[in-house]
Amino acid sequence: MPFGNSHNQLKMKFSSEQEYPDLSKHNNHMAKVLTPALYEKLRSKQTPSGFTLDDVIQTGVDNPGHPFIMTVGCVAGDEETYEVFKELLDPIIQDRHGGYKPTDKHKTDLNPSNLKGGDDLDANYVLSSRVRTGRSICGFCLPPHCSRGERRAVEKLSVEALGALTGDLKGKYYALKNMTEAEQQQLIDDHFLFDKPVSPLLLASGMARDWPDARGIWHNDNKTFLVWVNEEDHLRVISMQKGGNMKEVFNRFCTGLTKIEELFKNKGHAFMWNEHLGYVLTCPSNLGTGLRAGVHVKLPNLSKYRQFEEILKRLRLQKRGTGGVDTAAVGGVFDISNADRLGFSEVELVQMVVDGVKLLIVMEKRLEKGQAVEDLMPAQK
Amino acid sequence: MKSWLKDESQTRSTFIWRDLVCFYRVQMASSFARILSSKRKVGILSLVGAGSLTVGFFLNREQHVNAGAHVRRIYPASAEYPDLRKHNNCMASHLTPAVYAKLCDKTTPNGYTLDLAIQTGVDNPGHPFIKTVGMVAGDEESYEVFADIFNSVIKERHNGYDPCNMKHPTDLDSSKIRGGQFDVKYVLSSRVRTGRSIRGLSLPPACTRAERREVERVVIDALAGLKGDLAGKYYSLTLMNEQEQQQLIDDHFLFDKPVSPLLTCAGMARDWPDARGIWHNNEKTFLVWVNEEDHTRVISMEKGGNMKRVFERFCKGLQEVERLIQEKGWEFMWNEHLGYILTCPSNLGTGLRAGVHVTLPRLSKDPRFPKILDNLRLQKRGTGGVDTAAVGNTFDISNLDRLGQSEVQLVQTVIDGVNYLIECEKKLERGQDIKIPAPISQFK
Repeated sequence: MPFGNSHNQLKMKFSSEQEYPDLSKHNNHMAKVLTPALYEKLRSKQTPSGFTLDDVIQTGVDNPGHPFIMTVGCVAGDEETYEVFKELLDPIIQDRHGGYKPTDKHKTDLNPSNLKGGDDLDANYVLSSRVRTGRSICGFCLPPHCSRGERRAVEKLSVEALGALTGDLKGKYYALKNMTEAEQQQLIDDHFLFDKPVSPLLLASGMARDWPDARGIWHNDNKTFLVWVNEEDHLRVISMQKGGNMKEVFNRFCTGLTKIEELFKNKGHAFMWNEHLGYVLTCPSNLGTGLRAGVHVKLPNLSKYRQFEEILKRLRLQKRGTGGVDTAAVGGVFDISNADRLGFSEVELVQMVVDGVKLLIVMEKRLEKGQAVEDLMPAQK
Repeated sequence: MKSWLKDESQTRSTFIWRDLVCFYRVQMASSFARILSSKRKVGILSLVGAGSLTVGFFLNREQHVNAGAHVRRIYPASAEYPDLRKHNNCMASHLTPAVYAKLCDKTTPNGYTLDLAIQTGVDNPGHPFIKTVGMVAGDEESYEVFADIFNSVIKERHNGYDPCNMKHPTDLDSSKIRGGQFDVKYVLSSRVRTGRSIRGLSLPPACTRAERREVERVVIDALAGLKGDLAGKYYSLTLMNEQEQQQLIDDHFLFDKPVSPLLTCAGMARDWPDARGIWHNNEKTFLVWVNEEDHTRVISMEKGGNMKRVFERFCKGLQEVERLIQEKGWEFMWNEHLGYILTCPSNLGTGLRAGVHVTLPRLSKDPRFPKILDNLRLQKRGTGGVDTAAVGNTFDISNLDRLGQSEVQLVQTVIDGVNYLIECEKKLERGQDIKIPAPISQFK
């Protein structure tokens, strides 16, 4: 909760045992790591803005599990959360991000010319290509914890910065609370509009407070570059287009992001980043690159192949329904994207998606013709 | 101590000094509140009675109002003021920028703030059927510390009742009830509910897990002491087995995690289902919900039209539970201006909703039905509760008012009113005309 941790003083009057949450039916990363001893050690701490341990874990306490994925079960309220509560968050990060150690360093690479290929994914199978990430602005609390004043300041700053983009990136901002009916319908038709979160994972962490105050959508005139303001993160940056030209999508992504970062710097605001965690975002699952590069791809045969899950695992890819993380696939069309976020650079992750999806399509074509695919089984990346 | 108070109200001290002073004062004020409910002081409580408790709270008022622990504020109140232009709830009607600026830096001794209190009203602009209150209390002191907004909201919601200069009558003497046995051709069931809060522990929007568990412990300890037709059993939501759960669902007793955003935005569903549960007597006519929207919700009900008996059991059960918690040094939150203190301002006073499920096929189609209800100080709901519309011809009819009249008065109002409605229905059956009754006066 925002505005100080005066509440934390109240909790300290009770013993740690009395306050410790009941996690016996829970299955998320937080529940796997938190112990009574660790809770006792960390519960009196707070970040400079007043975010406390209970604030970090509330979403994990309220949401024991998820049908499709192992959820993280905690969030950050500000940049310092990852430092003050590192004894809880480091093991969670390690578990979630494939063994990433507290001493590891994360590399950032937003140079699109380092990507090999990716401009020719078969459009008979790949319906659309998309790359997204998030960015947080230094000096402001994150969505679970920010006050209305802070959130509005983030919006104002973002609108000014985005307003300075030119060329094919030039665009317009639509504040959620001022949108006309016509604008709203257009954004829905373009699949751009985000709505108040309904996922209890997000609601329980306080991210939907004061909706729709200071939330909005910016997109360029070409509708290929999109920024969400104050949804789950300060900014979510999305580059997308129909078809299989992932290279072009990634080019625009990198160009746009770099320009935006420069514009923010000109206003005296950097993005939250450090050499250990990379880009700092609200959910620990999005640390590092915060990048999810994916395609909507038709794999009706491959998805029924008994080794489908194993293939994805080896390629370091994950599948989702075309409705997003909380949905199942419909009609053989899947959202396939990188499973990793931290410990690999942006270029490396997009490369994995490009190479992986190419292989999946080859296998799909084989199975269509009734041919075997065992010889194509990839090695673990 | 006094000079610190004066300083505090005049200047905004440096961070470190203020933090130390506030931390100390928070400790002091909190332990004062605890002393009131401490087991050791049971003797003193029974000696001096409710009067000096009110005095004690009045003495403490100065401390509460200034007992702000450190409130992190980088932006001025004007930058934090919520956008309420599309809102239609009681909070939005009365929270002006000036009131917000006055209260936004204050906290209760437990650390509850204005922003926490109004969050539900900011997040929920309106409701299709009713004008919602739009704010909640996090503890007993909220009603004092944030009186400037609560009093206006209370006045609007409770028909002009002014907490500053009016007193609320409490009367749980069921022998005063006249009549109260309805014609079962029309009345399917009768029910009376209220809530009670345990003094010294924060309310559901703000309570910590330990506090919530303490509420559960205190309440089930007391309920275990009930005897005779009130003897019963507690079913904890975390421990209940499949069979018990199914039985409770079949009995229409089971409450589930709130889905209404009015409640979830206020933080009442945190840590679900920890320390939540249902207690009921063996005869299934007296039921207590623990840690749902209030510390306790107490319900007396039965099929048929014997409202008098329902209310008798209600009063007896409530008084017994109160006696049992007092034996252990606890008491209910109550004061002479606001009556029983509950989470939502709409439930202050008696917190009482006495109602029936009644079939009125002809009357419900008569265009005068709403006006008749209004004049009788009654409200209709669907049989699914406040967020539902009526289905068919069966309605949930109950009292509109909560504060400013006693329990006996409100139940009598329902009895007299429902009798009138049944008379109207019978008249329409016989082809006779009905009359809109004269409006009943409020605040008897």
